[in-house]
Amino acid sequence: MTTFALLLITGLALGALYFLIAAGLSLIWGLMRVLNFAHGAFFTVGAYAGWTAAGAMPTAPFGVRWTIAIVTAIVVGGVFAALTEVLLIRPLYARHVGQVLVTVGLALAAIALVQGAFGSDPQHVDVPGRLSSTIAIGGTNVPNTRPFVIASALVVYLLLLFFLRRTRFGLIVRAGVENRAMVQALGIDVQRAFTLVFALGGAAAGLAGMLAGTYYGTIDPGRGTSMLIFAFIVVIIGGLGSVTGSAIAAIVVGVLQQFLNYYGATGVGDFSVVLLLAVVLLIRPSGFAGAAT
Amino acid sequence: MNARRRAGVLVPALVVLAALPAMGITIPGVFDGALNAPGTLNLLGLCFVFGALALTYDLVFGYAGLLSFGHALYFATGVYVTAVAVTRWHWSLPAAIGLTAIVSLVLPLVLGAICLRMRDIPFAMVTLAFAQAGSILVLQNPLGLTGGEEGLALGGDALPAFAVGVANTRNLYWIALALLIVVYAVASRAVNSPPGRVWQAIRENERRVNVLGLNPYTYKLGAFVLSAFLASATGVVYLLLQGGANPQVTTADFTLALLVMVVLGGVGTLWGAVLGGVVYEYLDFRLVALSNTNAIQALPDVLRVPLSEPLFLLGVLFIVLVLFVPGGLGGALTRGLPRISS
Repeated sequence: MTTFALLLITGLALGALYFLIAAGLSLIWGLMRVLNFAHGAFFTVGAYAGWTAAGAMPTAPFGVRWTIAIVTAIVVGGVFAALTEVLLIRPLYARHVGQVLVTVGLALAAIALVQGAFGSDPQHVDVPGRLSSTIAIGGTNVPNTRPFVIASALVVYLLLLFFLRRTRFGLIVRAGVENRAMVQALGIDVQRAFTLVFALGGAAAGLAGMLAGTYYGTIDPGRGTSMLIFAFIVVIIGGLGSVTGSAIAAIVVGVLQQFLNYYGATGVGDFSVVLLLAVVLLIRPSGFAGAAT
Repeated sequence: MNARRRAGVLVPALVVLAALPAMGITIPGVFDGALNAPGTLNLLGLCFVFGALALTYDLVFGYAGLLSFGHALYFATGVYVTAVAVTRWHWSLPAAIGLTAIVSLVLPLVLGAICLRMRDIPFAMVTLAFAQAGSILVLQNPLGLTGGEEGLALGGDALPAFAVGVANTRNLYWIALALLIVVYAVASRAVNSPPGRVWQAIRENERRVNVLGLNPYTYKLGAFVLSAFLASATGVVYLLLQGGANPQVTTADFTLALLVMVVLGGVGTLWGAVLGGVVYEYLDFRLVALSNTNAIQALPDVLRVPLSEPLFLLGVLFIVLVLFVPGGLGGALTRGLPRISS
């Protein structure tokens, strides 16, 4: 039972990280039909920016450094993503394959640069005292970072829902996902929504990068790419363009992966997730939510 | 280009390439050793392998319009199935290649049948996911077969003598050259055949092909399997040249590198893809050497760090090409030399 609770919470935390990456990917795809390979770079650059910011203030109290690291990761991820949209994606408007290729090039270049600047070895991430202790849940001691990651993702989910359902920009984004041509025909500037969606997605990915640093205790240049692949799987299983679909799929994928990696062998969980994807595609090609084809 | 003029360029070029191992010339700045030095021949052999591999990727991406992010999987199939059969099971090389041939037909047939239920970008994501499963499998080292992260050195005892040893690098060089010629011939034949024309029609307008009464799914699957099978063949030659399997070839980054090669050379032209693969492999190798030179090491960090990361330079080059030179190097050359390409 205690193992079960531990695996469940760890799996949920992993799912939370997947969700933070997948939500942006899903919205970007839903609105712009761009497969954003640079999302892994937003994740990595955000993580290293946060880590550098925390390291630049060795004298500040732990909690302050930690908060600044998180905020820096979010801001840098968001700004990097917005710049990507404006400088690289926009000139290739209506060339979908070209847009994908540019994000591929950016992902390669950005991650290589991070590797050149910080080395390819994992860097240790210090976690504030309160987060590094454990909490008793379901008869077991769970590291506090797990519930923290889950809570952060939950907050982001609720904020995203609020943004999509209650704000004017959110309305434009939702309408754009349904039918972009119609939104443009009605005289609404979808371009700004593109930049905004990229910035939001990048901010969430940057946050995920720093949170993954706490979850694993280290950051390294290659993690963004491997997380990105599972985020892609989450996005497809959840239905492209659907935030709630991504959230559900992220939980399913994260928990399944943890349990099978533990009760099967290492790697069995990762493998099963890909099999799950194949099964979902065979049964329902548009994913659980089926928001887009 | 008419057939006679093409032969007039190609045949002498191939004769020179085939005779290269007998030439003791050094070209300073281009290669470290003489042209017939094992190091140079190995690099050139790898360039040919990557030229052939880029060509197989161009078949599926450039001609059939399928943006597959899983091509590394099929290359890795050629590398790993042969390596495991020879090294772990002590099969003879021909038997191992026979097994590889079967696997590299069945695997893309099954996976392609699933992936092609999706189109465009979702297709890209699904192929990526399957390739990742392959990568995980290799890294997990099931039953101690694949060697995990350390890779798998090719066992020498079961290998034929011509493929072993530094002195025999020239044999491997010839094999790589032959591979490139064969893959080029098959690809050229395929894209000019009736199904090849249907692939290009699907790339331009799939719905229209459907309306004309052809089933795009079958044709796409055909292109996918042919390209994957040829990629596995290049994997086998790569294994011989490298003398071992390296998990790097299973990763998503490897597929992305292939994408860079094809776009670098020019999507949808056969010789452009070959050029892209050769240039990429050469640059990737030479840029590492360049980054270790004193001139680069003496630069301040702001310049030294980006310049010593080949992937950074290649990534930036790639972005610039996509934004400003849509036809790639092949396209740029074609515009510069309209006489040869027409």
